Amino acid sequence: MDIRTTGGPPTADEIAAVDGILGSPESIWEGGGRSTQDDHLARGGHAARSQRPLLLPVLHAIQDRMGWVSRGALEYACRRLSIPPAEAYGVVSFYGRFALDERPELALHVCDDIACKGAGADDLCSALEKAFGPSGKTWHRSACLGLCDRSPAALVERAGVPEEREEHQVAPITLEAAQAILRGGRPEDQPRPQVVQRGTVRLLRRVGVVDPESIDSYRKAGGYAALRRALELGSEGVIREVTEAKLLGRGGAAFPTGRKWDAVAKATVRPHYLVCNADESEPGTFKDRVLMEADPFAVVEAMTIAAIATGCEQGYLYVRGEYPLARERIEHAIGEARAHGFLGADIEGAGTRFDIEVRRGAGAYICGEETALFNSIEGKRGEPRNKPPFPVQAGLFGKPTLVNNVETLVNVLDILGEGGAAFASIGTADSTGTRLFCVSGQVRVPGLYEVPMGTTLRALIELAGGLREDRTLRAVLLGGAAGSFVTESQLDVPLSFEGTRAIGATLGSGAVIVLDDTADLEQVLLRIARFFRDESCGQCVPCRVGTVRQEEALKRILSQRETSLREADVALLSDIAQAMRDASICGLGQTAASAIGSAVIQLKLVGP
Amino acid sequence: MFGAGGGTSSYREAEETDLIILWGSNARETHPIFFHHLLRGVRNGARLIAVDPRRTGSGEWADLWLGLDVGSDISLANAMAREIIHEGLANQEFIGRATSGYEDYARCVEAYPLERAERETGVPGEAIKEVAHAYGRADRGMICWTLGITEHHNATDNVLALINLALLTGKVGRYGCGLNPLRGQNNVQGGGDMGAIPARLPGFQDLQDPAIHQKFSSAWGGAKFPDKKGYHLSEMFEAMEHGELKSAYIVGENPARSEADQTRAVRLLSGLDHLVVQDIFLTQTAELAHIVLPAAAGWAESEGTVTNSERRVQRVRRALQPPAGARDDIEIISELARRLGSDWGRPSAEAVWDECRSLSPMHAGMAYRRLDELGGIQWPCYDEDHPGTLFLHERLWQDPVEGPRAPFHAVEHDPPVDQLTEEFPIRLTTGRRLDSFNTGVQTGGYTSPLRTREALLISPADGASLGVLDGERVRASSRRGSVEVPVRFDASLRPGLAFMTLHFPDQVSTNILTIDATDPKSGTAEFKASAIRIDKLVTAGA
Amino acid sequence: MNEVFVGLPKRMVKISVDGTDVQVPEGTTILEACRRLQIDTPTLCQLETLTPVNVCRVCVVEVEGSRVLVPACSRKVEPEMKVLTDSERVRHSRRLVLELLASSVDMALCAQQVHGWMARYGAKPERFGAAATVAQPVKIDNDLYVRDYSRCILCYKCVEACGVDAQNTFAIGVAGRGFDAHISTEFTVELPDSACVYCGNCIGVCPTGALMFKSEYDMRQAGTWDESQQKVTETVCPYCGVGCMLELHVQDNSIVKVTSPLDHSVTAGHLCVKGRFGFQFVQQRSRETKG
Ligand SMILES: Cc1cc2nc3c(=O)[nH]c(=O)nc-3n(C[C@H](O)[C@H](O)[C@H](O)COP(=O)(O)O)c2cc1C
Ligand code: SF4
Ligand code: SF4
Ligand code: SF4
Ligand code: FES
Ligand code: FES
Repeated sequence: MDIRTTGGPPTADEIAAVDGILGSPESIWEGGGRSTQDDHLARGGHAARSQRPLLLPVLHAIQDRMGWVSRGALEYACRRLSIPPAEAYGVVSFYGRFALDERPELALHVCDDIACKGAGADDLCSALEKAFGPSGKTWHRSACLGLCDRSPAALVERAGVPEEREEHQVAPITLEAAQAILRGGRPEDQPRPQVVQRGTVRLLRRVGVVDPESIDSYRKAGGYAALRRALELGSEGVIREVTEAKLLGRGGAAFPTGRKWDAVAKATVRPHYLVCNADESEPGTFKDRVLMEADPFAVVEAMTIAAIATGCEQGYLYVRGEYPLARERIEHAIGEARAHGFLGADIEGAGTRFDIEVRRGAGAYICGEETALFNSIEGKRGEPRNKPPFPVQAGLFGKPTLVNNVETLVNVLDILGEGGAAFASIGTADSTGTRLFCVSGQVRVPGLYEVPMGTTLRALIELAGGLREDRTLRAVLLGGAAGSFVTESQLDVPLSFEGTRAIGATLGSGAVIVLDDTADLEQVLLRIARFFRDESCGQCVPCRVGTVRQEEALKRILSQRETSLREADVALLSDIAQAMRDASICGLGQTAASAIGSAVIQLKLVGP
Repeated sequence: MFGAGGGTSSYREAEETDLIILWGSNARETHPIFFHHLLRGVRNGARLIAVDPRRTGSGEWADLWLGLDVGSDISLANAMAREIIHEGLANQEFIGRATSGYEDYARCVEAYPLERAERETGVPGEAIKEVAHAYGRADRGMICWTLGITEHHNATDNVLALINLALLTGKVGRYGCGLNPLRGQNNVQGGGDMGAIPARLPGFQDLQDPAIHQKFSSAWGGAKFPDKKGYHLSEMFEAMEHGELKSAYIVGENPARSEADQTRAVRLLSGLDHLVVQDIFLTQTAELAHIVLPAAAGWAESEGTVTNSERRVQRVRRALQPPAGARDDIEIISELARRLGSDWGRPSAEAVWDECRSLSPMHAGMAYRRLDELGGIQWPCYDEDHPGTLFLHERLWQDPVEGPRAPFHAVEHDPPVDQLTEEFPIRLTTGRRLDSFNTGVQTGGYTSPLRTREALLISPADGASLGVLDGERVRASSRRGSVEVPVRFDASLRPGLAFMTLHFPDQVSTNILTIDATDPKSGTAEFKASAIRIDKLVTAGA
Repeated sequence: MNEVFVGLPKRMVKISVDGTDVQVPEGTTILEACRRLQIDTPTLCQLETLTPVNVCRVCVVEVEGSRVLVPACSRKVEPEMKVLTDSERVRHSRRLVLELLASSVDMALCAQQVHGWMARYGAKPERFGAAATVAQPVKIDNDLYVRDYSRCILCYKCVEACGVDAQNTFAIGVAGRGFDAHISTEFTVELPDSACVYCGNCIGVCPTGALMFKSEYDMRQAGTWDESQQKVTETVCPYCGVGCMLELHVQDNSIVKVTSPLDHSVTAGHLCVKGRFGFQFVQQRSRETKG
């Protein structure tokens, strides 16, 4: 490709960061020095351009090392990967984690999202603002960091050479701790995720029990029995069990997993790809993080089974950028599994080939949407694609692709262990199995809870210790920002796909954010509106402009005295909502109005 | 090619082929819209091979760039042919049925093993082999070239060497295959179509064929006109030199600037008894003329047709009134005829075209009405029901082949005339840039943000060994003359290779350096290969 | 004419549009089917020569069985598909899309057709009150064309024309996210520092006047631009032998801009810098020496 770069040379550190991923350049044509072999020959073309999927890993390497992505660094990456700089710029500027202006090595991301707000995040942020200036220089306001069980939460990043680089989740964070970090202190390592639930858990059975860094510990706890079973059953047998289990996807869309697997297995176009969606960025959601941090081998084993069933030789696990520990544990588990013959060219001596590459998100909620996720792996902006074609037909790299959520996949281990029929006997007729719920906000014991499908919301809140003393319930945000509010009168809703649908709500990602009478609902709604405005990919008009107009109208509703004007704005909200729901490309736009709509229009929690 | 001279394929075939060899062409800059078609092919999966001394913008798109030494194309092509034959990739069935002269050819290329080609071209033998096999194995494959092939003293042999490759592998006469010279100027093809070649009448009809001569003569009321082959451009200058050619009527050319060895060209033109120049500008050549006939601009101020590189005849139309005094070419010529005693009236462009159609069978079906409807028509188009021809030479795939077989021509490597020596150690090659055109007369009219001042592009390594800085003015000299010019470092040039354009004669007269060694068959000069030396300027007082 | 294998003849698919049955070849988009039935369907980001990006959403239609509306411009017909192009839902979304756009972007220079759709769907952009817009100063950084992104509806057409669908130069891309998404060179450098080769193919596809010949911009500023006084003549570019079709827009015997027909096999609407901008010499001729 005829690439033009005019931004000046990269620094030695930047070159080292890029070469750390790609190796040294082989010729002058890739950004190296001239040798005589370059005088009469150059290779490029299709092979050079096919390196595009390496763009995000390279950008991460630059960001990790330098703390930001300079023009020289980006152009060097472009030369190496044969990517036009304007395209690469479009990619870098899409992802929230990449900085395009020089900034200090240290970055403290402080969550000011719903659950953390309830735990004092706003006061924390005001204090930081006073002491260190506005967000965006050394410290940064952030959307939910997936640590809502330990609100308020923060993430510390320190750029530098690999040995010195740091990334830590700090939760709960105090003002003192934040100040110490910003003054150069090093945070302590956080505690392991804990499951406080008593009684029968299935998906969480090994959490806090096995050593997440030991494959032996995992095998002692029954690990890799399901893989052996899968190899016995073969592709068709596995798919039969999963279908019989009536497992529905846990990523939000509740699509029958067996049908998806069957479609990919039968797709004639090759190769097939497997993607495990571990991007988990829905505010209030942290279940996949807990599974990956505490039971990473289960995720790897489940992916291997899915791959065998659907004929995939290459899998990707796309993990949210803000989950350093989960990433580390999963990468470690993959290495161990490979070393023990559970991954690689010949799995368990069965002649089956499968391997997994971990891909790191970079601060874009939209990349959890499956087709946006594909684009992100391909080294592009995380813009969702229009469907059809569906992933099972044309997904990652345009090939048939199976994409499943972490929790969905981990369920398969039990399905193979006990059989599809036994699995289907748990839960309700249409929503089988158990479900992980991320209970956060104003309950006594926030945390991850596993209950059979169909358990009532009231019972779940009880399980989390109920409300604090002398508090009354204002509302529960079910399903995260893309979900909707339910009120006291609806607490007996059974938590199943059909049960929530009946009251116009959704289980969504399993987020359950409890707001009591001390919560500032208006602030919560504004935060949700800001979230969608910030996270819209910007592709389609209803969502790009609609989320902005929604925020504007909401602000007016919350500040206006005059009823008639408020009513006009509520009507406007409803007009915008309908167009976003009907005409947006993807689920983000389609649900961006649902929480606000449910609060303002249906539940009259605020507004006229 | 063999018969009528024109590209064999359509642009759209480049979108649906498997392999494209771009040989001596920087189409990315010189034929940008053809390159769009080519890139669509690349996006559809076609491999692209670029053969060019410089790794140009086109080369940057290629899967493989072969950076051969200037003027070693035949060695490369012959070595590829030998590889193809040895690998059993020659299409023997096609060769046997549709070609002639294979034995001689095979014997000739046998003398080009990879080691020899590597020595003569500089390109690693392995890479030559890889390209040979890729071309041999591709189901569909095209070769496209431009001035990198033709601006050499052995231009015709260069072209033949490429034709040989296509014949050897049966890559002509089929969809997605072919041999395509990309024409450097608008209507070079059309000029050829209309008989602006020494021995041809319109439609590539043989001037020396009595029947054809008779056909034209009777159509023109028994007019007498020569039946001898005329001169091509460089023969004209030779004839001037020998005093055989004493007057010239030059229409829309600026040889005082565009000819190689410019000093000589100006001297010869100035020595003519009578020089008439018809042009839209008062060019350098026009300044030497005895009579200047100001003309309307063909593409925007008059009506007519042109032919493009895929043989498509297209209409041009008058959008502007020409400036006062400038007249349409047809009008000028008719007027001239009247003064010479033959009143043709004032024929319209369409009437002239219809006359041409009545005499040139390959244009016969191209009524203006049809040209409008179809967006132009690709010749041959024999009657008004004929849709035109997507690609040529399909007949070679008939069994048995009708008409003459396509001949192989054994051609030998012959290095550039202007040899590199200790005194002149650097190879200067010339070319064009995206935003400019030829001597820049027309493109000088707009301010292109891409335009930089003319400079001598050299490799940074040469700059270092000469002790000059990027941007420093130097003296560049060839055996013919010398110019002062700033150097610009270009990391894509290898040591020993330098590059200049011909676009800015007001800044630097590149053609003072170029050699006028000329291909005897086609009349093109060896603009692509001069030997030069570069000297640091001695600053006054230093 | 040569024999060219062009694939099996297309199967016909029967669909119904607003209750009317119609047979169209397999692979046809709903938009093409609508056009066949002469149903005027608004489009902004769609162009025959570009890969559909289906981002503007103004062409949405209702398809029976689909939870959400579908973009007519990219969705292919399927047997027995039932399409509604003028239902309440469709009208609502089309109206909102036009309103949302017009409330944030200056659409004054869009084609008359676009204003017609606004009227048809009753779009009232002003009802959003004081709303965020993309208003910004015009970018004038070269002599050939200007970029006024306060008119940009982010239809992606220029990016596609500069990229894979034609020019493959990739001088511009979409940068940023959400409402901040915008068309940009790398690090927002000015065009002369970018990869831009001034082919003007982005101008050729821009539906809003955000990208404009400098000559047109200057005339508009001076108040002399008058399309009713312009004549468009098709001819062939004088540079190189490719044979690109030009449409010369002439006002007062002077070329004021150059376009190229979309439906011509040589250019598909695209040109290079010489064909697009190299016209001035012809009207600058005087008796002074050239060359
Ligand atoms: C805006 C948006 C964000 C999403 N984020 C996630 C996510 O973080 N994790 C996830 O598993 N699915 C997410 N999804 C759903 C995925 O698109 C997809 O349906 C899911 O990964 C399929 O897996 P499942 O069938 O196992 O549920 C998201 C969808 C949308 C529209
Ligand atoms: S709905 Fe929003 S996030 Fe989804 S594609 Fe459209 S703009 Fe992007
Ligand atoms: S003028 Fe051409 S190269 Fe420049 S931005 Fe527009 S399309 Fe791209
Ligand atoms: S500049 Fe024009 S073509 Fe480009 S996105 Fe904006 S409106 Fe569309
Ligand atoms: S971590 Fe703060 S809301 Fe989730
Ligand atoms: S025209 Fe269909 S989405 Fe824009």
